[in-house]
Amino acid sequence: MHLKNDNSLFEYLVRLGDDRLILGHRLSEWCGHAPILEEDIALANIAQDCIGHATHFLNAASEVENKIKTADELTYFRDAIDYKNLLIMELPKGDFAFTIVRQFLVDSFTFLLYEKLQNSGNKFISDITTKALKEVQYHLRHSSQWVLRLGDGTELSHEKTQNALNILWLYTNEMFESDEIENSPSLKNFITKSSDLESEWENKVISHLQNATLKIPEMQTNYLSGGRRGIHTEHLGHLLSEMQIVARTYPGAKW
Amino acid sequence: MVDLELTFEKNLSIGQKIEPRDWMPENYRKQLIRLISQHAHSEIVGMLPEGNWITRAPSLRRKIALLAKVQDEAGHGLYLYCAAETLGISREEMFDQLHTKKAKYSSIFNYPTLTWADIGMIGWLVDGAAIINQTTMAKCSYGPYSRGLLRICKEENFHKIQGMEIVGILCSGTNEQKEMAQESLNRWWWPSLMMFGPHDTNSPNSSDLMKWKIKIKSNDELRQRFVDMTVEQAKVFGLTIPDPELKFNTETRSWETGEINWDEFYSVINGNGLCNNERISARRSAYEDNSWVRDAATSYKIKKNKKAEAA
Amino acid sequence: MSTEQNKNEQWEIWEVFLQEKSGEPHSHAGSVRAADKEMALQNARDVYGRRDTINNIWIVKTKDITATNIEDKTSFFDSTDDKVYRHPQFYKLPDGIKDAFKKR
Ligand SMILES: [Fe+2]
Ligand SMILES: [Fe+2]
Repeated sequence: MHLKNDNSLFEYLVRLGDDRLILGHRLSEWCGHAPILEEDIALANIAQDCIGHATHFLNAASEVENKIKTADELTYFRDAIDYKNLLIMELPKGDFAFTIVRQFLVDSFTFLLYEKLQNSGNKFISDITTKALKEVQYHLRHSSQWVLRLGDGTELSHEKTQNALNILWLYTNEMFESDEIENSPSLKNFITKSSDLESEWENKVISHLQNATLKIPEMQTNYLSGGRRGIHTEHLGHLLSEMQIVARTYPGAKW
Repeated sequence: MVDLELTFEKNLSIGQKIEPRDWMPENYRKQLIRLISQHAHSEIVGMLPEGNWITRAPSLRRKIALLAKVQDEAGHGLYLYCAAETLGISREEMFDQLHTKKAKYSSIFNYPTLTWADIGMIGWLVDGAAIINQTTMAKCSYGPYSRGLLRICKEENFHKIQGMEIVGILCSGTNEQKEMAQESLNRWWWPSLMMFGPHDTNSPNSSDLMKWKIKIKSNDELRQRFVDMTVEQAKVFGLTIPDPELKFNTETRSWETGEINWDEFYSVINGNGLCNNERISARRSAYEDNSWVRDAATSYKIKKNKKAEAA
Repeated sequence: MSTEQNKNEQWEIWEVFLQEKSGEPHSHAGSVRAADKEMALQNARDVYGRRDTINNIWIVKTKDITATNIEDKTSFFDSTDDKVYRHPQFYKLPDGIKDAFKKR
């Protein structure tokens, strides 16, 4: 039995949902503006998958809180401070190199995470991640290939990709910070601590980036984090003000 | 030469499709390239007014549906560019014509999307009109175009239905939502009638196109079909068609509309719509600002091939 | 590096063949642009497999396809017109022999 005021499961589901929602939103910004039509379609596919995962996680979060708020209410009527996504998800889409490098770093993380969560003792988590894993595996294939093409393409593409990596690397440590939610006894058989994924992620990611002739940024002490506690970059507020404007202008309306 | 022309005409007359490697009159080829590339441009420029609302869609369901819909339009553009390429023009040449404003595309996409209701209206009216056009054109004589259109038609239905769902929900929603829907219909009704092109009497290429079966029905015929269907649907929604002259002709059993503002039509087609410049510059920068991405992929492939050869 | 030279080089066109279910033939779906094989496969999947389930995809560079020409039509195909003996309907069997097994 959970403690009455232990909302760790809700918090955890919201984190998973917010990560996908915000990433999917950023990807969707490419629709109509990608480097080639085929890539418009590919990025829109990935964005749909992400928003689909978000919907499932937020629905589950809504369920465990006895539907006090629906998934849509969670999406459209929470302020930035209540969003719990990783900072890396909310950074503006940047150029194609930035989008691809972010996608690769996140896909690698998400793949390892869902692979573990498939076996979760919580049915919501295991069901959603089992299905999502197949899609994430494809996303990773897509982003890995593009990292090679851009990193080891032309001088210009290499430079842009390296620049993107240098910035994004600062946000990678946050993926592996296990806090009191992850350590909550009520989640014990439900989740995998993200800190346990770090070394495998690092091995895989670093060797692939090196294959792409990219330089791994020097280990820094100034890694950035805060998203899991609601402390975000200023970008999230703008993202939300756009995302939520219609829903908030007409509260109570159905769409 | 005479033989080839005879074979071509015989094939047309017995309803056979013309395929890329078949002999065809130069003007047939030219007209097809013009037609298919215009159609392709319309699909990808058409992504922009709707894409404009993906980030603001008011529910998760609406967001994912709109994203899928706009993505489909990219697919349609792609099928059509491929069909045109079989006639000996490259995608790059077609893009160039679009970016330098030499090529035309459907004028409807030069109107702005200002409210969420516009997304419903576009699905209902614009995709609705496109379906009528495309299902007819799918019977055209050129194989690759006809096959591309068949694939497109299969996908369009969902576009129209999701639009009608949006309109339906708005019309049964709050007063503000109903007003939003009506206001939006007021803006989109006339431009959607213009989508079928000028009256047959003013349509310069029509007769050749009909003869070659790359136009199957006349503009006015298709427009009439659209009007008859849409007027009835509007009644169900409880919306008013913004045309005081609209009346039912009991003899022909069809709805007659007032006259379309053709000055507006030609003005928008000729580049003076509210969004012409934004649309072209958005397409242009998507293509030109990202040329380094395409170069990177080419260069990576060359390097990889060299490595494979050396090994 | 030959960046300049690459500038105007277009990605190749690939023809896409889809097999919807195992055991069925691959049929032509359309084409995509891609710089390499892997991209061609992924683009084919994303462009032509957005809706329907797909079991397998073939891709082949358009330029590698050889096809018959319209000029070849007579010499290639018309000659099969009179080879009726290749079709089962050409042959006559005793009455009732087709159903003999069923009636057993
Ligand atoms: Fe379309
Ligand atoms: Fe459509």
